[in-house]
Amino acid sequence: MLTLKQARQLRTVLLGTLGWLVALIIFFPIFWMVLTSFKTEIEAFSSPPQLFFMPTLENYIEINSRSSYLTYAWNSVVVSFGSTFIGMLLAVPAAYSMAFFETKRTKSTLLWMLSTKMLPPVGVLVPIYLLFKDFGLLDTRTGLIIIYTLINLPIMVWMIYTYFKEIPKDILEAARLDGATPIQEIVRVLLPISKGGLASTVLLALILSWNEAFWSLNLTASTAAPLTALVASYSSPEGLFWAKLSAVSTLACAPILIFGWLSQKQLVRGLSFGAVK
Amino acid sequence: MSISNLQVDKATGAEGSASSVKSQNRQKSRISLAMVSPSVLVLLVWMIVPLAMTIYFSLIRYNLLYPGDEPFVGLENYYYFLTDEGFAAGAFNTLYLVLSVLAISVIFGVLIAVLVDNDFWGRGIVRVLLISPFFIMPTVTALVWKNLLLHPVSGVFAAVWRFFGAQPVDWFAEYPMGAIIMIVSWQWVPFAVLLLMTAMQSLDQEQKDAARLDGAGPLAIFWHITLPHLMRPIAVVVMIETIFLLSVFAEIFTTTGGGPGYATTNLAFLIYTQALLQFDVGMASAGGLVAVIIANIAAFILIRIIGKNLTDKQ
Repeated sequence: MLTLKQARQLRTVLLGTLGWLVALIIFFPIFWMVLTSFKTEIEAFSSPPQLFFMPTLENYIEINSRSSYLTYAWNSVVVSFGSTFIGMLLAVPAAYSMAFFETKRTKSTLLWMLSTKMLPPVGVLVPIYLLFKDFGLLDTRTGLIIIYTLINLPIMVWMIYTYFKEIPKDILEAARLDGATPIQEIVRVLLPISKGGLASTVLLALILSWNEAFWSLNLTASTAAPLTALVASYSSPEGLFWAKLSAVSTLACAPILIFGWLSQKQLVRGLSFGAVK
Repeated sequence: MSISNLQVDKATGAEGSASSVKSQNRQKSRISLAMVSPSVLVLLVWMIVPLAMTIYFSLIRYNLLYPGDEPFVGLENYYYFLTDEGFAAGAFNTLYLVLSVLAISVIFGVLIAVLVDNDFWGRGIVRVLLISPFFIMPTVTALVWKNLLLHPVSGVFAAVWRFFGAQPVDWFAEYPMGAIIMIVSWQWVPFAVLLLMTAMQSLDQEQKDAARLDGAGPLAIFWHITLPHLMRPIAVVVMIETIFLLSVFAEIFTTTGGGPGYATTNLAFLIYTQALLQFDVGMASAGGLVAVIIANIAAFILIRIIGKNLTDKQ
């Protein structure tokens, strides 16, 4: 018969083991991708798959000589940060107005904004393509920034709105009594209080823009092509270059993955969409 | 919102003594309108301009292979799109994909979130590993699953099957939709875990302890305390995932290409093949509009069911 303490210890060990098992299974594809990127092409294709081998950097060297990774990566950085920045400039005032000057139209406006996200992008691809051609926006970073700002804006407004709703109105009224203008109110009072929530909004917008593949593949060719396009360019010859494909995928995902790991605590705390009281 | 007797805003010149409650109110609404309108305006343009163009294209015969010949054909494109055998398959597959992935993410999301809410060694690392797939590009996800994991000869799954003495499965030939659902779920279960994990942290421990003292078992606690607490975050997960799952594209594009036949063609992919592979802009536009209408019906139903949950605080 186990004592209560022993039973509790056993339970912790069992749950811990199960937790680790699930986590390792879910993480396995990423681990395997990184592992394969250090194999030779023959090892990558071998059956059964090899877990132990002599690691090589040849895939990474080959990728760098064939295409300049840094150009693609720079495009991804510019487009993600650019669209997130403009998105925040638009979303913060909108969310402020919705949260603190609520009218009877506020809720329907918010839901309408979200419903624009339900539009399947492919449904409007042709018109956007033609408009972009007319305005000279095809294959430009500006064009992608515009699109990403628009597709992420509804979610950003909604997230920030839910954070602002949690802030007691008295704090703002106190600032207003001191003669603060709305802009001052936002900059001096709101932003400092809600920086946690705003940070996770920024993080989510960055992740979504970094990984977006539909518009980037259809609207860019070479000069503005981000990392998603680099990956796609290695996928065409049917599965013959798995090691190189793994290497280029690792390169494309590493920045945002590391970024995500570093900000994981923030993301876990902030990503509640007002669902947690 | 309560109206207080405060000065609204010195910069715009409303003096406390001179302004009545009414003018303060008007001013407030003017400020709020000015701040919300940029977002509303850009989204309105973003929605209306392409939509108007799509409606126009859908009413003419417009094929990029035959330029210059663009007669008005009324609803012909809609007729061809809706009676095409791809449409029924596409609509069914869209629904099947969305509902399956939603069910999988909610069920596994809840189970995993409850599991990692327990304190054990290395929990921080476990959490990081669990949410990692959410950071990976859909194109990379699809390529890695297709070539490195599900490949019938040298994939990891095939090796595991052989290890247990089973015949390796050719996933994309035998269970194409199952394979797609597996891949998409791998991306979206972590998102559910991320949100539900956050929610678990705010669960009232005292309530749980009290229930335990009253002799409630773990299952009863889960059913009567944990699950009700998670209902709101689950609604958020369903809402956000539906938005993204309705237009799953990269995962299908890079793995099955919609096939075999129409087995994995969803509406987004069907319209894409029409627009870009057959150059039939007219029919693709009609399809796009049908997809927009279906998406809006889905949005309406969703908002009816869970929208109240999302905007009403307390």
